Amino acid sequence: MSETKQNPAPVLPSGKPGVSRRDFLNEITMGALGVAGLGSAALTYQYFSPNVLFEPSTTFRAGNPDLYPVNSVTFLQDQQVYIVRTPTGFYAVSAVCTHLGCITQWKAEANTIACPCHGSKFQPSGRKIEGPAPRPLPHYAINLTADGELQVDKLQIIKGDQVLNV
Amino acid sequence: MATSLHAAIDNLRRSRVWKSIFRRGPAITNRTRSVAVFGNLFLHWLPVKVREKSLRVRAAYYLGSLSLLLFLILVVTGVLLMFYYHPAAPKAYHDMKDLRFVVSNGVFLRNVHRVGAHLMVLLVFWHMFHVFYRGGYKPPHEFNWVVGVVLLLITLFLSYTGYLLPWDQLAFWAVTVGTNIISAMPVIGNEVRFVALGGHIVGENALLRFYVLHVVILPLLAFLLIGVHFWRVQKDGGLTVKDDDGKN
Repeated sequence: MSETKQNPAPVLPSGKPGVSRRDFLNEITMGALGVAGLGSAALTYQYFSPNVLFEPSTTFRAGNPDLYPVNSVTFLQDQQVYIVRTPTGFYAVSAVCTHLGCITQWKAEANTIACPCHGSKFQPSGRKIEGPAPRPLPHYAINLTADGELQVDKLQIIKGDQVLNV
Repeated sequence: MATSLHAAIDNLRRSRVWKSIFRRGPAITNRTRSVAVFGNLFLHWLPVKVREKSLRVRAAYYLGSLSLLLFLILVVTGVLLMFYYHPAAPKAYHDMKDLRFVVSNGVFLRNVHRVGAHLMVLLVFWHMFHVFYRGGYKPPHEFNWVVGVVLLLITLFLSYTGYLLPWDQLAFWAVTVGTNIISAMPVIGNEVRFVALGGHIVGENALLRFYVLHVVILPLLAFLLIGVHFWRVQKDGGLTVKDDDGKN
């Protein structure tokens, strides 16, 4: 069978118009290229999403509970966490502002946690007083290790009303 | 003396080597002058003829050309800075300090790059306002306006990615705050931030990613689009210069 330049669409035995060889091959090729393109995009996305991270551990020991006086807020600068001790017990509050991630500071004289970047203010419980921060400061899971030290896990966020009784 | 020099240049232009490089003889007629522009890769997007008005300094303040000049200065100084810079923590910070205090003329190059970057942002915005208030986005310039907006965004991304490279406190917190803006996007925000930084915090992966974006990907994109932008200025009918009577 010889190719014609016009390459008209064939007519099927049923009388309906069929698909010409050129259109068929074009569609197959474009479809294959589309699948390959989507696959490449997915693989590239996976490539850019690292599987192993060399970042600091999110679990840390905060020392003996006796280090923290009752009714105190202690800022652990390396961990960016406040250890708060109330008469009922301990809780750990994130020091990272929920607005844009600046590190807040404990202002003992005003009894507030204040962010230096955009002026958000929080209570020691993490509840927002004012400012652009959209959410309260989260509480991290805090518990005692077998040898009686406080341990905080920054990947576990718990409800604000939970306290650790020691 | 002068005549013999002219004769020597004339002979050079008629020589076989000259003709093989420039594909033409001396540009002495309108036709050969046109061929000189058409036949040269670096000149071919320039018009063969321009209106005298569009050559006046007042006409457009040359803001676009000045932006291009700054871009070229930034490419040259940036490539020179790369010879002393390792995009790794904490070496990057020490390299930046070395460039300022140890390397000969390093502080000059670094400051030319820094101030040039600030000026480029200023000029690109100025250029955009100028084009906007003169109606330069109107037909047939709509597409070139869009290319220009993309170039503005690339300029800002270049600034932002370059911001992290000194690896000091300002860089760290600027990028921490900026990428937290990304994570405010609904649904995909945290994932996009994770991929942009290569981690949960601004660390070594983020520094390397921003470096590659800053020195390879964004400049190449900018170079490509600047070419399209300048070429389209000519193909869309030249600069939008108004006649003295206010008509285009």
